[in-house]
Amino acid sequence: MTFMKSLLSAAAATALCAGAALAEPALIFDLGGKFDKSFNEAAFTGAERWVEETGGSFREIELKSEAQREQALRRFAENGNNPIVMTGFAFGNVLSEVAPDYPDTKFTLIDMVVDAPNVRSVVFNEHEGSYLVGMMAAKASKSGTVGFIGGMDIPLIRKFACGYVQGVKAVNPDATVIQNMTGTTPAAWNDPVKGSELTKAQISQGADVVYAAAGGTGVGVLQTAADEGILSIGVDSNQNYMHPGKVLTSMLKRVDNAVYDAMTAGTDIETGIYVMGVANGGIDYALDEFNAPLVDDDMAALVDGAKAEISNGTITVHDYMSDNTCPVE
Amino acid sequence: MQKMPQWADVILVPLISLILAGALSALVILAIGESPYEAVKIMVQGAFGTTNGWGYTLYYATSFIFTGLAVAVAFHAAMFNIGGEGQAMIGGLGAALVCLFVPFPHWTFALLGGFGAAMLFGAAWAFIPAYLQAKRGSHIVITTIMFNFIAAAVLNYLLVNVLRPTGGMDPATAKFPEPTHLPTLHDMLLPLGIQFSKSAPANVSLIMALLACVFVWLLIWRTRLGYEIRALGHSESGAIYAGISAPKVAIISMLISGALAGGMAINNVMGEAERLVMNSVEGAGFIGIAVALMGRNHPFGVLLAAILFGFLYQGGAELALWTSIPSELIVVIQALVILFTGALDNMVRMPLERLFLSLRRTEP
Repeated sequence: MTFMKSLLSAAAATALCAGAALAEPALIFDLGGKFDKSFNEAAFTGAERWVEETGGSFREIELKSEAQREQALRRFAENGNNPIVMTGFAFGNVLSEVAPDYPDTKFTLIDMVVDAPNVRSVVFNEHEGSYLVGMMAAKASKSGTVGFIGGMDIPLIRKFACGYVQGVKAVNPDATVIQNMTGTTPAAWNDPVKGSELTKAQISQGADVVYAAAGGTGVGVLQTAADEGILSIGVDSNQNYMHPGKVLTSMLKRVDNAVYDAMTAGTDIETGIYVMGVANGGIDYALDEFNAPLVDDDMAALVDGAKAEISNGTITVHDYMSDNTCPVE
Repeated sequence: MQKMPQWADVILVPLISLILAGALSALVILAIGESPYEAVKIMVQGAFGTTNGWGYTLYYATSFIFTGLAVAVAFHAAMFNIGGEGQAMIGGLGAALVCLFVPFPHWTFALLGGFGAAMLFGAAWAFIPAYLQAKRGSHIVITTIMFNFIAAAVLNYLLVNVLRPTGGMDPATAKFPEPTHLPTLHDMLLPLGIQFSKSAPANVSLIMALLACVFVWLLIWRTRLGYEIRALGHSESGAIYAGISAPKVAIISMLISGALAGGMAINNVMGEAERLVMNSVEGAGFIGIAVALMGRNHPFGVLLAAILFGFLYQGGAELALWTSIPSELIVVIQALVILFTGALDNMVRMPLERLFLSLRRTEP
């Protein structure tokens, strides 16, 4: 017993020393997993960019259960990690309880707002980006029918869908938008097989452009769309490279920039609410060598015009989550 | 006559299984270039080295005790209840509804009210598969597992469309009001002069789980109903010949099982989250199967197995925090323990039985 005790206290002592020596940032990935080629991976890319430029290092964890949210936050805070960056709206409730206990630690929360003096909340206007890619989908579609495949059926994804439909209707008021959600449980974020099936179903109903806002499930959507010879639209990260010439564009949500900025600012990070939208480059559509042949000058001019108009407030895209309704179907 | 002594059955078989699982896990960790010794040290220290670690280990264990007992009770009646997951989800719904809509004056009332509602909802969810099995012959394994999916869909619909507070993004209910918050082990042990970690989620539900263990032991081995349940489990035709109504006992055993699985909600919903989130159960219903198998369907065995799995969960979380072992491999390690203690039980048992039999033969 005494041997065990000394062993444990020695381990505790080394852990404490290690904690005091480094004030490295920490990054917590939500339940979707780090390599979802989408939302969480964007966060990881941002952190990696910071590592490359500064030569620093950071702690990271992929959560496996709900109870681990609070645990990971507290353990990193007690270990002296600063700032602590976390991805996903599900942290909102937990962080609002944890943040006041560690006033000297700075937290950055992506996708949700927590009102505390030591928290930077970064939220994105996904509906604006979805509006832009919706316009491109309507422009690229020959059948007049386009598809939307969401991940888990939650308000956030309905916000994507609503912005997308608005964009489609702005270009072609007669267009049909087929909407499907992958599932009702968190497993829907990582079910490429189901995503593939839904894509096939939408193709059989005439869709020739599909927009996947479904995390890891989108990999299956993009694959099937490429196999069946229709166009797809990626989300969060730039997914154009996955099937060159087959992915019309990607709705970019610059989670990587949010993470990179937080880690660069370090412990001096400014707190408060940061809204990232089209106006400040936090939301955009992807244009690179992989999709350049698909986007003609006409389409680019149309979308860039809409971008400018959203930025200066001429166009207001309705936000589903502001009132939980969508003006268009 | 038993093939081997009681102590070997209860202690030696699980112990050897654990050692085998541990050895294989060590090989896995070695293969990715980490030190198994360091890994074990982090796991043990993380789970038992601090009161914070104990708090998490016991929190997980509390959930596993409830679901483990649920599987065990049904198993005594030869009913294989795979639906603990769904019953716990619906139990959580029951607890959440009373916490949100009944103005409890004090946490003791909230605990009893929430526990009652959770058990009622869990039992109701188990009743339909039980009825279908007892009266219509639909296989319980199929129906209970399908009911897990229905429960998830029901919960999803209610959380997204009905119970989510307006403006909330999370598919979850509002926070429960202050009087329903259950005391944590920190609050309970402070008057006794024991400093327990404030942030750990273990709470008064642990006491209820221990009481549930005693209740199940009394029920199965000290009551007439328990006798009927065991008789049915050993031989259905024998039980019917003895005048036991097989459908009735089967349904009652499933109701108790569902109530126990649902009762887990006081721990994860009322004790930890203090609101109902979508995936609040997190596989505890399935872990309960492994816990019951390893615990030989005896409440005391279930208690020990639940603490072991609590250790694996909490130790695994610590590994993920402080090492570069990928989280997938931590699941592999947990799965190896389940595989050896649950599924591959006979691999250890049969050679041991043969060993004990041959030892006995050599005696005069």
